[in-house]
Amino acid sequence: MFYREAGDFKTSYSKDEQTFPIKLDRTGYYAVMLFAFCVVPFMVNDYWASAVLLPFLIYAIAVIGLNILIGYCGQLSLGSGGFMAVGAYSSYKLMTSFPDLSMVIVILLSGLITALVGTAFGLPSLRIKGFYLAVATLAAQFFLVWLFNKVAWFYNYSASGQISAPERTIFGFYITGPNTQPAVAYLFCLAFAVGLAWVARNMTRSNTGRKWMAIRDMDIAAEIIGVNPLKAKLSAFAVSSFYIGVAGALLFSVYLGAAEVGESFGMSKSFLLVFMVIIGGLGSMFGSFAGAAFMVLLPVLLKNIMVGQLGWATDIAAHFEFVIVGLLIVIFLIVEPHGLAALWRVAKDKLRLWPFPH
Amino acid sequence: MKMTKFAAVAAAAITVASPVLAELVFPSLSYRTGAYAAGGIPFADGYADYFTLVNERDGGIGGVMTKVVECETGYNTEKGVECYESTKGMGALVYQPLSTGMTYQLIPKAAVDGIPIHTMGYGRTAAANGKVFNNVFNYPDNYWNGASAVVNHMLELNDGDIKGKSLALVYHNSAYGKEPIRTLEILSEKHGFKLTLLPVDHPGQEQKSQWLQIRREKPDYVTMYGWGVMNPTAIQEAANIRFPMENFIGIWWSGSENDVKPVGAAANGYKAVSFHSTGSDFPVYDDLKKYVVDAGKAAGAGDQLGTVVYNRGLYAAMLAVEAVKVAQSIHGVKDITSVMMRDGMEALVINEEIMTAQGMPNFGPTFTVTCENHGGPGTVGVLQWDATAETWNMISDYKPTDSEVINALIEEDSMKYAAENNIELGCK
Repeated sequence: MFYREAGDFKTSYSKDEQTFPIKLDRTGYYAVMLFAFCVVPFMVNDYWASAVLLPFLIYAIAVIGLNILIGYCGQLSLGSGGFMAVGAYSSYKLMTSFPDLSMVIVILLSGLITALVGTAFGLPSLRIKGFYLAVATLAAQFFLVWLFNKVAWFYNYSASGQISAPERTIFGFYITGPNTQPAVAYLFCLAFAVGLAWVARNMTRSNTGRKWMAIRDMDIAAEIIGVNPLKAKLSAFAVSSFYIGVAGALLFSVYLGAAEVGESFGMSKSFLLVFMVIIGGLGSMFGSFAGAAFMVLLPVLLKNIMVGQLGWATDIAAHFEFVIVGLLIVIFLIVEPHGLAALWRVAKDKLRLWPFPH
Repeated sequence: MKMTKFAAVAAAAITVASPVLAELVFPSLSYRTGAYAAGGIPFADGYADYFTLVNERDGGIGGVMTKVVECETGYNTEKGVECYESTKGMGALVYQPLSTGMTYQLIPKAAVDGIPIHTMGYGRTAAANGKVFNNVFNYPDNYWNGASAVVNHMLELNDGDIKGKSLALVYHNSAYGKEPIRTLEILSEKHGFKLTLLPVDHPGQEQKSQWLQIRREKPDYVTMYGWGVMNPTAIQEAANIRFPMENFIGIWWSGSENDVKPVGAAANGYKAVSFHSTGSDFPVYDDLKKYVVDAGKAAGAGDQLGTVVYNRGLYAAMLAVEAVKVAQSIHGVKDITSVMMRDGMEALVINEEIMTAQGMPNFGPTFTVTCENHGGPGTVGVLQWDATAETWNMISDYKPTDSEVINALIEEDSMKYAAENNIELGCK
């Protein structure tokens, strides 16, 4: 009825190729952006920022990164926790070594350092595939965690091995440390999330992204039609690690403020990110956000309902949370193996035909 | 009983003329799930039960009822942040996160929010310097006291000479386990013993290689900074390689029934340092039974009473309640705020008289908190496990630790923190 292409005339190629070809989608997108940038900052408080919004945005960045690798290029990686640690520790070293460096540059440099490390660990992908590659990246996870525990230089020789983000400002506002206003931290992460998502979306529609997808669908065929697997695979590892590194740097500096590698960037973090990618939907930008939202919001929501509203004991609620989240994941994978993004796509397709489905 | 409670509330309402709804809120960032639940459950139960007792028996503190708000963290710092943010607005008086990682996270946040943190026997040791850490307290003991107590116990066993002896530290590979390393390194130089470091990664069920190394190197003593499932695993491994248990000394977080009972008779003789008494042979337990357990108000399953970590929860709550009393008398207000609570904690005096009045005679060391010293006396006792009687026996009373070494380290580390974070020194 109202959700359709008809009547929305495209008069140029660029208009025809835009991300949101349907007008309602476009307006919806602009409305969400307007709301996120202009309304939320005035409503956000400490609880919303640190319990919901910051983890959602930061995980969304990491999931976009991992989605590029798994969803677009078809290279399974279980090392993302370790790569987040690289981002976090690079940002810590940069912040403490160059106190005057702007936080934006610190975060981007941390991403670049992670990209280098990620590319190095991506080299085995040229020889090994599938599950075997997953095991090779698992080695990266264990090696990086061990490294940051072992070499005291990374945590500036602090007695406990903890890294703590010093206070930094941006335009005169605190962006790290305890004096940070929730709205400032939120806007900072939002700007990164939106900017990086925009770049990623356009990258996947470009020459680079199509090479990744060719490799994913059939690497031998891709090679025959002229895709260089070395460049394609390593660029996927580099871009993906860049995103994950940025997310790790933000997680440590803006969100947590203090971290230790085994606890914050352990194996469970790698699995969490893979779950987010699978639940959100492989190879989808929307899915990356949806997956992150699902895994971040659902536990908080369930907890608030069970403990806050129903007054259950905290341990029972915590166990039920595991059961419900686990069950939902299983149900999702059975009913819609392609994730939340596929559900969204089906809903949109139905809506296009509605109310005359034939 | 209900009548007395009602009467007490009514009396409080009349005398203080404050709203009846006034409550003293104590958030409990507990972990009843996950790999560390074995320690998290008894502590949370003890902490909650003591406040229930205070409400039921005394009608609150100075007539104001207490309320414990529990929030499950699973020993995970990200959930801990969520818990802190969701409870701080409820009028939280003091945070006891029972996790060193979480403590590191909360120290700067709580300073800005003006809420004190009490990390009893854990957390950031340098917080003992009240000049730098205005709102963090770690009386009566910290990790470095524990490390020094272990070395002192070795000295005691060897008539004061441990030159050439060796000590292996088996530690949880996290901020918690790494805390004592510097202290032990300095002590090993001072006393001339050899130190071996053996990290164990979370959650600690994999310790074969560490104990193989111990078997090969044959250290004279082993000390452990473990928590959760890591503890019974380590004690089992020690039993497997027939390491003499009386030479295996754990920190207080590695010395509860949960840690030794799974190993059975082989754990006999295992030692742990401690800063409070064990067992249920205290008058406070009669009150707990009467007002809390028999009334069906016990926290959790109510089956933890008398265990070591439950006692620690009771002790933590008792110290908090006494600090509230001090704060109430300093400020002349019954319904205190977190800022007043901080003042109360800083002026806290715990002597035998106060502990006896609370039904906990000789429960812990006596001490006085001052503005400069938030760390208490640092006196530590030693417990030994008797597997046949299933009891912890105190084999060494609360003795002073090497304050010369520890204070120098605290000064160094806290000053570094002050310089990094531009903190003005307090206590003029």
